[in-house]
Amino acid sequence: MSIEFNSQIESYLNGFEEFKKNDHFNEIDEIAELRKNAIGKFAELGFPSLRDEDWRFTNINPISKGNFRINGIGNGIDTDTIKTFIFNELDTYLLVFVNGKFVNELSDINDIPDGVTISSLSVAKDESRELLSENIGKFLNFETEAFNALNTSFFEDGLFIHVPDSVTVSKPVHALYITHDDENSLANPRNLIIMGSNSNLKVIEHYVSTSNDAYLSNVVSEVYVGENSELEHYLLEFESKKAFNISTLRVQQEKYSNIKSHSILFGGAIVRNNVHPVLAGEGGNSLINGLYMSNGRQHMDNFMRVEHASPHCDSRQIYNGVLDDSSRGVFHGRIIVHEGAVKTDAKQTNRNLLLSDTAQIDTKPQLEIYNDDVKCTHGATIGQMDENAIFYLQSRGIPKKEAKTIMVKGFTGESFSNMTLEPLRNYLEKLADDWFLSRKEG
Amino acid sequence: MLEIRDLHVEVEGKEILKGLNLTINKGEIHSIMGPNGSGKSTLAQVLAGRDSYEVTKGEIIFAGKDLTELEPEERACEGVFLAFQYPIEIPGVANTYLLREALNSIRKYNGQKPLKHVEFGKLAREKMKNLEMEDDLLKRSVNEGFSGGEKKRNEIFQMQILEPKLCILDETDSGLDIDALKIVSDGVNSMKSPERSFLVITHYQRLLNYIVPDYVHVLVNGKIVKSGGKELALELEEKGYGWIEEGVSA
Repeated sequence: MSIEFNSQIESYLNGFEEFKKNDHFNEIDEIAELRKNAIGKFAELGFPSLRDEDWRFTNINPISKGNFRINGIGNGIDTDTIKTFIFNELDTYLLVFVNGKFVNELSDINDIPDGVTISSLSVAKDESRELLSENIGKFLNFETEAFNALNTSFFEDGLFIHVPDSVTVSKPVHALYITHDDENSLANPRNLIIMGSNSNLKVIEHYVSTSNDAYLSNVVSEVYVGENSELEHYLLEFESKKAFNISTLRVQQEKYSNIKSHSILFGGAIVRNNVHPVLAGEGGNSLINGLYMSNGRQHMDNFMRVEHASPHCDSRQIYNGVLDDSSRGVFHGRIIVHEGAVKTDAKQTNRNLLLSDTAQIDTKPQLEIYNDDVKCTHGATIGQMDENAIFYLQSRGIPKKEAKTIMVKGFTGESFSNMTLEPLRNYLEKLADDWFLSRKEG
Repeated sequence: MLEIRDLHVEVEGKEILKGLNLTINKGEIHSIMGPNGSGKSTLAQVLAGRDSYEVTKGEIIFAGKDLTELEPEERACEGVFLAFQYPIEIPGVANTYLLREALNSIRKYNGQKPLKHVEFGKLAREKMKNLEMEDDLLKRSVNEGFSGGEKKRNEIFQMQILEPKLCILDETDSGLDIDALKIVSDGVNSMKSPERSFLVITHYQRLLNYIVPDYVHVLVNGKIVKSGGKELALELEEKGYGWIEEGVSA
């Protein structure tokens, strides 16, 4: 099976007819119905353009005018390749997806706690059909979000996790999505995480490639966090430098739930990172933490949408960016405080370090507040490396290049310090150091 | 140890130092005093290697090497230390991290092995105790949110760890209350040795009650116009700088 797409929306409609014939989710009526609506919406919406307010800083012409295909390339990846993508000293449940499809032989999901399900959407189709059909698409907006509609129409696989009430999953779940030898492919990973009350889970979504191909990863992750539960979610976007990654993390939070979302963006030519938690029950807490490091001509767009829908909730958005060469970053931080969401405490900061004269950042806070009794603050900074500080470090015996590395470390440190998985944090800190040290200019 | 000959320095095209001569021998404590704008801090920054200060003429010989040829970090590794008048805040970089990197960089330059974490921790805690600094200052970001006194103490703390040959103190007394001044001075005095020299830059004589100089020089309009012993500082305290400035312009 190979389905081709081009710059014409019709190719997606025709592709959908083709896709349906072999869609193993067809047997679930709810999904078949969802897909039908989604492709209809996608046909109506088309890809967004610079004229759309929410996309005005991000030109996705290379995607909307590009040629892509969904095909059935097998995995052809060995365990040694997998090893290069796992984190030392971090024991995890590992789920490997190659070109969008779950590969059981490369995964390691043994010793799962009783009652907990950690598997793939394709497996859940048979083994957790009810949970899947009841929850998929429940909170996702594809009515106005074209990429969400596209994902809903064409998703083939993804992570599926169910944690029942009062269970702590102590090992983190590492979902590794590898694009391997699949130029111009379109993958639509769809992840669904359902947490009961008083439960605890840590998930790492990790997007990588084995080559420098152009392709599109269009990801949707839906997460339901039950009352008094805790989730820590990592998005590690390390796609090829020619790839496109569009992802949406949609989190529905019940009373007294607590989430930490970390997005670390390194890869990709065009990246759009949508994070959308809804604090639906009172006393909830969201930490939305992120770091983007771009160079060359990379474009990284972070679109935050934090919704306070209940009283007494706290949210913190902390996004930091380091931009080099002619790369471009966007931070769009929207906070929506609904009527009745009194005693809301929402804070947002976005700090940017520009390493070159040609790097560019657009940062845009946006507050929509529909009641009086709230506390909302936002702040953005854009700066260059502080020459005084570099001299200070040099005057203590530290060479200039190291001094600059230390400065970048200091800048990125805030983002890393919010992460609780120490081995992963060490891995990421090293990656950030190497990123800076490999710069051509000192 | 340090020999400055006919030093001319420009900042943004404006000449600040206009032919400064100064010789400091091993083990000596020299003080440079002078009115605001006379070039005291410029001298400190030039010695440390600030690149926005351009040496247009003259030379600075330190331990046989021409400092003007060396990068700031090389000067530090050779044993020059500047305690800043306004210590820089570096958010996100832990004080202890900076110091360990600095010390090990200097040790490496001088062919010594790096100090292990444990050894460094022990050394740091011992020095901090003498300066009556709280332990948590090690973990905190460099100078960020430090009070004026804490910043100055932190400079002396760094100096004690790095054990330089030439200690330049730029207005270290400014912003210190009398107790802090005493602690800082004790910290400096404890480092006195026949092998180590000090250049104490100050506007007021107060600091020199605690750090007693062998020589006092008066800097006016980019030149040293008068030199003497410690009693010169007292004279300046009493009479101000006016009589010297008048003497220069006359």
